[in-house]
Amino acid sequence: MTVSMEFLVASGIGWVTACGVYLMLRGRSFPVVLGLTLIGYAVNVFIFTMGRLWSDAQPILGTGDVVADPLPQALVLTAIVIGFATTGFVIELALRSRAESGTDHVDGREPGA
Amino acid sequence: MNPLATIVLLPLVAGTLLCFSFGRDNSAARRTLTAFAAGAVTLLALSLLLSLAPQVMAGQTLLAHTDWVPSLGLSIGWRLDGLALLFALLITGIGLLIVIYAHFYLGEADPAGKFYTLLMLFMAAMLGVVMSDNIMLLVVFWELTSVSSFLLVGYWGHRADARDGARMALAITGGGGLVMLAGFVLLGQIAGTYELSELLTRGDVIKADPMYPLMLVLVLVGCFTKSAQVPFHFWLPEAMAAPTPVSAYLHSATMVKAGVFLMARLYPALGGTGLFEGIVASFGLATMAFAAWVAIFRHDLKALLAYSTISHLGLITFLIGLNSPLSAVAAVFHVLNHATFKAALFMSAGIIDHETGTRDLRRLGGLLRLMPWTATFAMTAAASMAGIPLFNGFLSKEMFFHEAVEASMFWGAAVPVVAALGGVFSMAYSVRFVHDVFFNGPPKELPHAHPHDPPLGMLAPVALLAVLCVVVGVLPALTYGPLVQAAASAMLGTAPPAYHLAIWHGLNLPLLMSAIAVVAGIGLYVALLRPLSLHDYTPRGWSGKATFTCMVERLFAFAGRLTSRIENGSLQRSMALMVALTVLLAGAPFYMADSLPGAGTRALMPAPPLALALWALLLVSATVLVLTHHRRFQALVLTGVVGLVTALTFVALSAPDLALTQLSVEVVSTVILLMGLALLPQRSPLESGALRRGRDAVLALAAGGGIAGFAWLMLTRNHESISWFFLDKALSEGGGTNVVNVILVDFRGYDTFGEITVLGIAAVGVLALLDGFRTRRPAADEQGRSWQFEQQPLLLRFAARLVLPLALIVSAYIFWRGHNMPGGGFIAGLITAVALVLQYMALGQARAEMLLHGAAGRRFTRWIGSGLSIAGLTGIAAFLFGRPFLTSAHGHPHVPVLGDIPLASAAMFDLGVYITVVGATLLTLSVLGAASKEQHA
Repeated sequence: MTVSMEFLVASGIGWVTACGVYLMLRGRSFPVVLGLTLIGYAVNVFIFTMGRLWSDAQPILGTGDVVADPLPQALVLTAIVIGFATTGFVIELALRSRAESGTDHVDGREPGA
Repeated sequence: MNPLATIVLLPLVAGTLLCFSFGRDNSAARRTLTAFAAGAVTLLALSLLLSLAPQVMAGQTLLAHTDWVPSLGLSIGWRLDGLALLFALLITGIGLLIVIYAHFYLGEADPAGKFYTLLMLFMAAMLGVVMSDNIMLLVVFWELTSVSSFLLVGYWGHRADARDGARMALAITGGGGLVMLAGFVLLGQIAGTYELSELLTRGDVIKADPMYPLMLVLVLVGCFTKSAQVPFHFWLPEAMAAPTPVSAYLHSATMVKAGVFLMARLYPALGGTGLFEGIVASFGLATMAFAAWVAIFRHDLKALLAYSTISHLGLITFLIGLNSPLSAVAAVFHVLNHATFKAALFMSAGIIDHETGTRDLRRLGGLLRLMPWTATFAMTAAASMAGIPLFNGFLSKEMFFHEAVEASMFWGAAVPVVAALGGVFSMAYSVRFVHDVFFNGPPKELPHAHPHDPPLGMLAPVALLAVLCVVVGVLPALTYGPLVQAAASAMLGTAPPAYHLAIWHGLNLPLLMSAIAVVAGIGLYVALLRPLSLHDYTPRGWSGKATFTCMVERLFAFAGRLTSRIENGSLQRSMALMVALTVLLAGAPFYMADSLPGAGTRALMPAPPLALALWALLLVSATVLVLTHHRRFQALVLTGVVGLVTALTFVALSAPDLALTQLSVEVVSTVILLMGLALLPQRSPLESGALRRGRDAVLALAAGGGIAGFAWLMLTRNHESISWFFLDKALSEGGGTNVVNVILVDFRGYDTFGEITVLGIAAVGVLALLDGFRTRRPAADEQGRSWQFEQQPLLLRFAARLVLPLALIVSAYIFWRGHNMPGGGFIAGLITAVALVLQYMALGQARAEMLLHGAAGRRFTRWIGSGLSIAGLTGIAAFLFGRPFLTSAHGHPHVPVLGDIPLASAAMFDLGVYITVVGATLLTLSVLGAASKEQHA
């Protein structure tokens, strides 16, 4: 049995999502930021693959008969950049939160305190 | 402009704007000017109405329609028929008197601008209610009356009773309005139209519908709350905290009549059934008698009048409810009569309050001698209220008794008995009003010791209304007659049977009831006053107000408990709940489906060995990342690995633009995360128990499994896409072969413009978070690795110097070719940012910042601003050619040496994108660097 790219992509997205969600549910801000970053990767690839998988079919006219769906690519391109801006924002939010509350726990207080 | 729309828009736009702008300064001259403006606007609306009156009186219905949202059945439709005319004349006529009266009533410290602006707003809302032809438009104005009345009742916002009264009025009437809206939606669904002119002709369809009872009850709740019918009556006495002109206007003549108006308006559509008659007439009659009884025992002058108003509204409601054409005549006639005498009485109460400083009936007394003119007019109006012959109130009360007697045919003797009782009570409180204020003297300890008649401006409106009470009382057919005829015809949809408005109808049962009411009313008052010492009575026990307050408190307590149960302040817990709920919501359709969907039939792509290797790398690094996430530095590196695999996925799956973007973002975001990590603890403590970790693992696996499942289901099926359109038109209409870029800067340019705006906002948000923020950073991490070079290594500096111009050239190239080959503003921007980040690393923050004039990140806002401006202006430039925002143009100008240059205006837009991306990236980085600069402090 040959493994298909579709299977690899789907399971990869799923695994990264699972890891991202797990990290997002941690109590400290830094793992949460990493978790969000992971979920960002997974979501971007997920949306991108909604245009289905294409090999050697860049959405550039004149390069071949078959071209990939360009619309999800355009959507994801801006999503990547905005995701980066969000990461920047969230990490600085974490810094500010730690400075304000004295702890890097997301609840703003040490557990049990 | 259409005269009907003008009548509403005059106060709505001209009135509010003039009063607001004149009234901003509360000097004496400005106050006069404001009142004058309000008066002029009202007079103009009134004259416009009068100019249309002859047509309407002749039986015409004036209509005017403008489409609003036709797909939703919404239109801005106006209608003026007899009923609307009657109410509109009341609103503008009494409104004019109130404007004059209020000018003299308001004190030096009361802001006149605020008062008149709100009054104009309210007037417009009322005119809108009575003149709307679309029931949805009517609801809008209906709620506007609730809101403006809230503001007017709370005019003296520094007083607690005014705030409470305003809040209660808003809660009851606004809440009733919402219920009514539900009823209106049902009504519109049943009738198939929201236009009154259509709807009123479909009464048969509406009444036959199975939803009719529900719809009727919903609409009636709206009417009853507005018109203060039992059990919703208690807000009206509380609203007496309003300035008296407001009470006279809103709570006697206009707003409380809106409910009555609506019942009359919808009578052809809803009325005439046993259900309608049963509900409306019985609530009306009960309210009439109950409120009249309560009114006797109020010691506050305005509270007495408020309960009297409730009672009279009950009377009108009862008449509308009865299934008799003559009762419709009586109802509209009493609307006019009540407005006439009650506005006069409220204004008198205001004068008395103004002159003596109190409204307490136990302290007032003997004012006849001190304020003879006020006393005369007030007693005239009170006589009308009591239903004494020769005054207008007598006429409609006679008709009321007549209808009550007629109704006894179906409803038994209870109806005339209760009606007569109500008459007795009305007489009693009217006598009390006159006796306690003007006789029963001398006054006791008045705050203002020497009351006298007020200035002419306050007295004249009262006088006019009092005179009207007498004139109408003697010559009803010549005065209100034609208007009543027109309004009753409009309410019924046909002309009412012949009737005769006159004082003398011969000796009959209604006259006997009137006589009984007068005699028994006086007797009741005398009995209550002396032997039972009315003045010592204090109301106690159940009251609507207490119930309302208690319910509100319970609601708040319940909300508080519910909130604290769901939300205990832990974000970690909220996040878990959100994930769990999302998983459940996404999974529910599959759970409910009969069979689970399986893989589709799309031909799958075989995976090359390299893909398998990368997949394994991804799985392993993500797993290790989760297992060892406590070691943060390592976790960050592993996150980078996942990012790299993502980029390679894009490469393999024909998305070169995405791969380039992902790669450059990866570099910058890793740098930023590292800089952030330097200021945070290097390790996460091991604090989650096994239970929590297990729970989170289950949630994570459910979420991940779900996503994988969705992806698999989608990927194994072929798809239809709107993209083929873009592929088709990219070259011909967008002038580029890189379809992704053409979509970004041309087809979906508006989206991109929004997205770079978000980018800019995020960056400015970062600045707002950390501007001026300083935090200490240890010199090295826990393994002793220094966070900063002691001195930047020569090789790095050299490399950075070499790379910068190269990188700039590359990004220029990437930018330029973007329209046709992978590249474009986003990618070029990120590449430039990466090159500049390298300068930061090589030269140190201070030097790099100096070279870029960054000023700790603040200056980069200018970059973002210019980028957004360029993109925006490119879009706006399309307007110059008469095209919509962001329409692009392209061409191939011939340039010497370079040859034909493919040029699109979209490139200019892309330049804006480029600058914004560079600015936002550098800002984020620079702010973070500046925050940790002073580590050795």
